[in-house]
Amino acid sequence: MKTKKDELILAIETSCDETAAAIVKNGREIAANVVASQIDSHQRFGGVVPEIASRHHVEQMTMVLEEAMKEAKTAWEDLDAIAVTEGPGLVGALLIGVNTAKALAFAHNIPLVNVHHIAGHIYANRFVKEMRFPLIALVVSGGHTELVYMKEHGSFEVIGETRDDAAGEAYDKVARTLGLPYPGGPHIDRLAHEGEPSIELPRAWLEADSFDFSFSGLKSAVMNVIHHAKQRGEQIVREDLAASFQASVIEVLVEKTARAAMQYHAKQVLVAGGVAANKGLRKAFEQRMAELQIELVIPPLSLCTDNAAMIAAAGSIAFQQGRRADLALNGTPGLMLM
Amino acid sequence: MNVCTFQTYSREETEKLGCRLAKLLKPSDVIALEGDLGAGKTTFAKGLAKGLGIQRVVNSPTFTIIKEYEGDLPLYHMDVYRLEGQDEDLGFDEYFFGDGVTVVEWAQFIQDLLPEEHLKITIKHVKGDEREFRFIPNGERFIQICEELINGC
Repeated sequence: MKTKKDELILAIETSCDETAAAIVKNGREIAANVVASQIDSHQRFGGVVPEIASRHHVEQMTMVLEEAMKEAKTAWEDLDAIAVTEGPGLVGALLIGVNTAKALAFAHNIPLVNVHHIAGHIYANRFVKEMRFPLIALVVSGGHTELVYMKEHGSFEVIGETRDDAAGEAYDKVARTLGLPYPGGPHIDRLAHEGEPSIELPRAWLEADSFDFSFSGLKSAVMNVIHHAKQRGEQIVREDLAASFQASVIEVLVEKTARAAMQYHAKQVLVAGGVAANKGLRKAFEQRMAELQIELVIPPLSLCTDNAAMIAAAGSIAFQQGRRADLALNGTPGLMLM
Repeated sequence: MNVCTFQTYSREETEKLGCRLAKLLKPSDVIALEGDLGAGKTTFAKGLAKGLGIQRVVNSPTFTIIKEYEGDLPLYHMDVYRLEGQDEDLGFDEYFFGDGVTVVEWAQFIQDLLPEEHLKITIKHVKGDEREFRFIPNGERFIQICEELINGC
């Protein structure tokens, strides 16, 4: 139930595979968080996305919205704003969310707030702990590997990004070469815990002062190891290869984030995105941040992967800061974070 | 018949080849890349982007499928790996016949959706950092481009 002072935001997220709607109270309290996930169908089709076209979002959108409104026992007149992912993402997918949000905002006369997908991932941490600035956020997922410096609410500076594959993508591609099912990340994480990081693989540090990432060389190195073993008729210990691969990815992610945190005198380090669910990564971050005595926040799994609650959390701050979108709002596939 | 072959021996050379090709391209040109994981498709696309004057970091579009960049000409960078085995048309024609250059990784997965005129490039991992590029032109315009590339060697 809403008391007079409470702020209620409905958020919609359709930037890639997931159709999601959420209702969040006062920016930090989830009243409903509904995600129509397509992971099952990915697996059924053997490792590729069966349907990412807007058609799928269209089919799911109304159901997901109704479910969220019902779960939160919310009426349209209770809502203070509608937040929606503007980009980046797939244009056909983004447009479904944006147009749904615009139609609802117009029909019910509710303010509309546009949100950047990555800002959403970062703000997922607000459900765990209030943000303290300055902070460094690492966003790692299938499509993103970005280090973001935040001086204050609503201020984002991308200080590092991947120059080739995203971390989650490297996981999926390596999993593919090891013959593991999709999505590969959790399988490698599991195998890695059964193996030893005994195979030497490169770490891409790039230039000494760079916060950028590169995982394409590591992917090639893993493929070389498999290729050479095959040529020599040797059996690869998949557990060891997974552990070695994971050790390389984690070391670079954690160390670059730690360096950034020191350089920017961060009070907090936030980790977000699907790869933040990785157990090995969490453990390594916990150790390193404890050494540096910097507070570490990682959201629970359900808030690491794409969802709309995070869009509401970011949207709540933007709403308070006065940001409004009008009915000319469009999906922007290459939207910059700033 | 008109197939031309290029060898590169490092990432830098692969990028340079992409860069050289970019200088010859016009709006609505479509480049279809084929090659295994790690062959160098994204590296080649990065070179192409550089040649089109794109300043932003160009990274893999595997997850998002399509990324758009602004340069002297816009670049539409696609990776359709995730579309294997389906007839999913994500409105490709708007890109293929749009104002920019389109480069498609794993183009064989949307073979039927590609425009008739395009430049197919297959990339083979020879050994180490060595790669073999086969440029297979479809249409008069791309035959010319291949000739210009060879003569420029």
